Amino acid sequence: MDNRVVITGLGVCAPNGTTIDEFSDAIRQGISGIRHQPDLEALNFSCQIAGKPPLSEERISQYFTPLELRNLNSTGILYGVIAGLDAWKDAGLNIENNNEPDWDSGTIFGTGTSGIDKFRWAINKIDALEIKKLGSSVVIQTMASGVSAFISGKLGLGNQISTNSSACATGVESIMMAYERIKTGQARRMLAGSTSDSGPYIWGGFDAMKVCTFKHNHDPEKGSRPMSATASGFVPGSGAGALVLESLESALARKAKIYAEVCGGHINSGGQRGLGSMTAPNPTAVQRCIRAALKNAGIEADEIDVINGHLTATTKDALEIENWKAALQLSDCSFPYINSLKGMIGHCIAASGSIECVASILELSEGFIFPNINCEDLNPEITALIDSKCIPQTAIHQPINILAKASFGFGDINACIIFKKYSHE
Amino acid sequence: MNKEEIIEALKTIIEPYSEDAAALAQIDENTDFIKDLKINSANLVDIVLDVEEKFNIEIDNDSMAKMLTVKATAEIIAQKSKANAG
Repeated sequence: MDNRVVITGLGVCAPNGTTIDEFSDAIRQGISGIRHQPDLEALNFSCQIAGKPPLSEERISQYFTPLELRNLNSTGILYGVIAGLDAWKDAGLNIENNNEPDWDSGTIFGTGTSGIDKFRWAINKIDALEIKKLGSSVVIQTMASGVSAFISGKLGLGNQISTNSSACATGVESIMMAYERIKTGQARRMLAGSTSDSGPYIWGGFDAMKVCTFKHNHDPEKGSRPMSATASGFVPGSGAGALVLESLESALARKAKIYAEVCGGHINSGGQRGLGSMTAPNPTAVQRCIRAALKNAGIEADEIDVINGHLTATTKDALEIENWKAALQLSDCSFPYINSLKGMIGHCIAASGSIECVASILELSEGFIFPNINCEDLNPEITALIDSKCIPQTAIHQPINILAKASFGFGDINACIIFKKYSHE
Repeated sequence: MNKEEIIEALKTIIEPYSEDAAALAQIDENTDFIKDLKINSANLVDIVLDVEEKFNIEIDNDSMAKMLTVKATAEIIAQKSKANAG
């Protein structure tokens, strides 16, 4: 069995938009969601700016019961549930309170770590000899699979329920895993996505590694500068992205809105060999991953209209472009458009891939290419490789057919996925 | 606090843990938290924490294991409160 797989629902909880309409509008206009964070300043962080999805209590209360909210201290679960349930509703699927689970639907919803604030609270209680006061809510919020457990319970999903974790490749990987499950006929519908907590305890480790910028504490919206000559480290972000993947057959049968088709992709690792390490990508592996993704999808390099890069705003941006160039083997004048959402929302770590895929799908289905912001001073190492017209700085409105999205993560891991506009035959 | 007052206070504590409005409206001494109110058994430890806070008492593991009905819970609260006062 080899099902075609399409995307029929989208949900997002991003620093610059927490509904699909808001987010779509924000990415078209190049609106930044990066803000100064007083808690990071108070804690002496070098980087005191970050991206957090703005959510009102009223909005949150639409997704959780008062009892769930009582002890909820996991922003990742909050973002994941909101994006996940919104994607489900966007796909025109009901949230039914049946006795019988929906055996044909499951979820792969990734994260790096879950409920880090809850975990901190629990550790402090234990150390203060108050173990009993933990109550029943610690495990369900701090287990890595907390987010998929919350989502599947709310939707009554009866197929595979799992949480993947592969650093910054988590989001793309979740979609690949969901895609494969449907392609091979083991599920009819999968909610794919990923989430990442907000706050000092998730971002602190990156701050200490000096991979975040410390130069923009007073102009947060200018801080995240992928592909810029003055890129000085990434800006941490948080949130969640969610996509409903479905067999084409199922989508057509229920006359669902089809946003795009997943053509295929590839996941690999550089094995931390050669130039690869725990934190640096092995370029050979990155190039292999991109080429294998195209082969798996049955797409030629010159068919790609847009690349949605990983491009975090560190010194590695130029290396990434070099890798794309080497992998695609296209002449300089035929290199596709390339953009990075991180200029607007920062690097949402485990959630980056899924939020960026939601943006990619919107570009395909609505026919636009979102602008790269904060790279008016393009990195000369990059313009030596590709023409600056490949890096749009204002939105381009035109139909696009094929988009390649890649994410790379610590541990020397790579994921690349190919999406195609769905032509309603 | 007499038994009726304890049960009244207990009702307020229990309410958020049950989604069965009809059963909540009929709470009496014989009400069983899991069978009658359909409370998730994992939440029983949370009810005990709320009881400890509200009545300013400490509940040991043995007593906790018995707190499955309104009656048993009210008795343990009365007993522990008395021990406190004494």
